Amino acid sequence: MFRSVDEVSARLAETGYLASPAVATTVFLADRLGKPLLVEGPAGVGKTELAKAVAEVSGARLVRLQCYEGVDESRALYEWNHAKQLLRISAGRDESWDAARTDIFGEEFLLTRPLLTAIRGDDPKVLLIDETDKADVEMEGLLLEVLSDFQVTVPELGTITATRRPFVVLTSNATRELSEALRRRCLFLHIGFPDEELERRIVRLKVPGLDGTLAASVVRVVGALRAMDLRKVPSVAETIDWARTLLALGATTLDEDVVRDSLGVLLKHQEDLQRAAAKLDLDAV
Amino acid sequence: MSAGAPAAGVAERLTGFVAALRGHGLRIGTGESVDAARAVRELGLADRELLREGLAATLLHGGTQRAVFDPVFDLFFPRVVGAPEGPAADREDLRDRLAEALAAGDTARLEQLAAEAVDGFGGYGSSPDSDGWSAYQTLDRIRPQTLLARVRAGVRGERGDGDFADRLLDDEIRRRIEMFRRQVGAEARRRVAERRGREEIARRAVAPSADRVDFLYAGRDRLAELRRTVQPLARKLATRLAARRRRAARGSIDLRRTVRGSLSTGGVPMRPVLRRRRPARPELVLLCDVSGSVSGFSDFTMLLVQALHDQFSKVRVFAFVNRIDEVTALLGHGTADPEGLGARIQEEARLTGYHGSSDYGVSLGEFAERYASAVGPRTTVFVLGDARTNYGDPHPAAVREITRRARRTYWLNPEPRAQWGTGDSAAPAYAELVEMHECRNARQLGALVSRLLPV
Repeated sequence: MFRSVDEVSARLAETGYLASPAVATTVFLADRLGKPLLVEGPAGVGKTELAKAVAEVSGARLVRLQCYEGVDESRALYEWNHAKQLLRISAGRDESWDAARTDIFGEEFLLTRPLLTAIRGDDPKVLLIDETDKADVEMEGLLLEVLSDFQVTVPELGTITATRRPFVVLTSNATRELSEALRRRCLFLHIGFPDEELERRIVRLKVPGLDGTLAASVVRVVGALRAMDLRKVPSVAETIDWARTLLALGATTLDEDVVRDSLGVLLKHQEDLQRAAAKLDLDAV
Repeated sequence: MSAGAPAAGVAERLTGFVAALRGHGLRIGTGESVDAARAVRELGLADRELLREGLAATLLHGGTQRAVFDPVFDLFFPRVVGAPEGPAADREDLRDRLAEALAAGDTARLEQLAAEAVDGFGGYGSSPDSDGWSAYQTLDRIRPQTLLARVRAGVRGERGDGDFADRLLDDEIRRRIEMFRRQVGAEARRRVAERRGREEIARRAVAPSADRVDFLYAGRDRLAELRRTVQPLARKLATRLAARRRRAARGSIDLRRTVRGSLSTGGVPMRPVLRRRRPARPELVLLCDVSGSVSGFSDFTMLLVQALHDQFSKVRVFAFVNRIDEVTALLGHGTADPEGLGARIQEEARLTGYHGSSDYGVSLGEFAERYASAVGPRTTVFVLGDARTNYGDPHPAAVREITRRARRTYWLNPEPRAQWGTGDSAAPAYAELVEMHECRNARQLGALVSRLLPV
């Protein structure tokens, strides 16, 4: 898919995703080594966006499996369409049992779910398994088979092996420690907060109308807030929201009033607001 | 090197690197080593930062391991070898250039200056090439922290005044100085490693990741680092507790509802219905020794329990040195200022009587006397402390009384098990009455909490 790490950054940038060197390198390796990519990091740094950007770059279809507590095989892998099978049986009343049996367990009655969809067919696909940590431990066992051999066994149909391996991205917020077995099968990428220069470029890209020096100030203030001991530090998504807010307010420079009025966009807890205000020498918020 | 298998030297370097990482408790299998070698083949050795990221992606499994990975990587794949070129630096000249680089925030130049500084001022010993290199000595002579005012003036002069973000300038400069200090540390480690072999230095001079640092020996910045892990750890533990609670809810069979349900399947009980348990959130009481020696441990644990407060119907926290007092209110949400917690407790609670050293016997006795009503059949009690009584009476009767009233009682001791019972430690005496666990670092604490906390 890619020839060099620089090409990865350049092509991701075309789709509007500015990748740090770490991100570009790991995406390049995931493609070259054919291994799934496990992405961890705080909320709002662009974990899911990365999968979408890779799909767009490679012209692949994005297949998404959103994990939640209680997601199971029939939601993730495949399911037989029972209602349709019953209809089929009652439609062919005087058929022999053998004919009916071979027929109702055919492709027509199979409902493919994301994992099976991703490994069937010849077109390129990006499989995004979002918030893997929300799924139960049993689900991880299921993922192990799919991710290591890219194959799925359906008892009635046999084993289905991928003819073309999808590019797999798993994301996790680390609410639960993923099992060592799953981690071993993946390349690990931790996306943290970007450095000042990269974040400035992200802000300029996402909020094009914003003045350059104002964008720089915005990023500096956010950087200072991240260095503080807050309950919830602002993420890249919040930086962009703040920049948009400032643009909407028509601010040309940061000053005390503007910051005081718009700080709620960045910080979501009252105690965080108070601390930040004290740090930034603002009057009462 | 462009393509083909990595040369033999690279393979050796790589396995040595992996061995050093394993020495720090990172679990890396052969499969990962092979992947790392393949990554080296794909990426080449031309760009050091690409190599760093590539190896991190293939070898690591978690974000916290990065703190160990980076310094070890710097030792095994150094940017340069030997001393920096050019004449030995003059101290004032070096400080001038350092101030400039700090004002510009130029990382590459700072790194170069760090190399010069270690070369010029870090060497000690008598041999012409010096016997070793010390980051401490370098920083002591350069004193980068005293440059703050000069750097600030430099930045102001260049940019002019008036930008709102400039009120953050001091903090930014401090962060840059801190970065320079780390660079000096890395450079000194590299120079020492050239002399004494990198395996040994990788083992000894690279600090373990924060969750493996002993509470008793952690310095101030290590404790600050630990405090930042409280919220993520609490979230993780809460998920684990919720899972345990779900499993525990699977009780015995409810016969009436099973038979009722079987009517739809012609009287055959296809689906057993389980009796639901009434959700009873447990109560928690914490008794914390906050005397100097163990306060780091107690603070951390108190913050952790506070962060978990919504898992319990009631949490009460008591602190003691040689008298005991309730500090639950000081930990309340909104008022919690993790850094100042210890100081606030010392200030606002009556913890000491006639002297300032800890006395477990008197404190626990006072608890059993004054706050006995806090402990009931649904309460789990945690005692946090090293059980060093300064040769006072351990007063086992009080502990016996607390265990009798409570549903469960545990003692978490931050000392290594081998030291229990040495000197003035009454740990064995207490361990006979209470289940005592060794709890030396955040990792152990996390494991214990998820196992011992009631659901």
